[in-house]
Amino acid sequence: MSGTLQNMQIIPLDYYIFFCSALFAIGVVGVLVKRNALVIFMSIELMLNSANLLLAAFSAYRNDPAGQIFVFFIMVVAAAEVAIGLALLVMIYRSTHTIDINVLNKLKW
Amino acid sequence: MIFSRYLFFILSFVAIYAALKVLISKKPMHSVLYLTLAFFAIAGHYILLNAQFLAVVHIIVYAGAIMVLFIYTVMLLNLNIQGEFPKSKLAKIASAIAGGLLLMTLIAVFRTYDLKMATDPSLNQIGLVKNLGKVLFEEYYLPFELSSVLFLAAMVGAVMLGKKDIY
Repeated sequence: MSGTLQNMQIIPLDYYIFFCSALFAIGVVGVLVKRNALVIFMSIELMLNSANLLLAAFSAYRNDPAGQIFVFFIMVVAAAEVAIGLALLVMIYRSTHTIDINVLNKLKW
Repeated sequence: MIFSRYLFFILSFVAIYAALKVLISKKPMHSVLYLTLAFFAIAGHYILLNAQFLAVVHIIVYAGAIMVLFIYTVMLLNLNIQGEFPKSKLAKIASAIAGGLLLMTLIAVFRTYDLKMATDPSLNQIGLVKNLGKVLFEEYYLPFELSSVLFLAAMVGAVMLGKKDIY
């Protein structure tokens, strides 16, 4: 009885998987659909966050603190990545006066 | 405690709505603000998982530092005047289909799993600052110190890239 009652209370782990999958898919669509490099960068942050949330959810349900430490380190790396990425973006804008990725195709072929 | 399940659905709805609005918004500044809303909803999810430390770090790092960087960049680049560059209709439809297929694949893969939940996340205490700090400063002390070197390198790199007369 207490087991079924407890199962009623807990949010199933599947819900987190589906939610994070949806968030990740939205991020992928954002990378594909946008031409503004800044918005593409934001979509990448969104994907990173969905992976982080799923890692934290598994850690909480498994009672293992290593997963949450890992999320913390991912956040550290993401902060450094954003600082460098935005500096690069400003530099590209200064030399080409646009951040439209269809113009920035010199490395394509 | 059926309340927590309602909270989960509300937070998920807000996060997905904000994430969609990031893509739909024409102006980059609106995208940044909707992204902040999505980050706050995800911080609510961390609190729901009883991971207080991660929730606070998430708000400080994402809503505090990264959002300020994004907003400053939008203002520096003057994008609202320059306008947006829309993609062709075909590319939009193709990428929407690709994203939908990815979502379908992920859900189809994960729904066959039989996930066993070891504990109730609202009862365990691993996400509290005290317990997580003990693990961080005992088992993961070296990576923690190395991350400071990473930050120093990132800071030097950002300043170097921001300088005007290097190329």
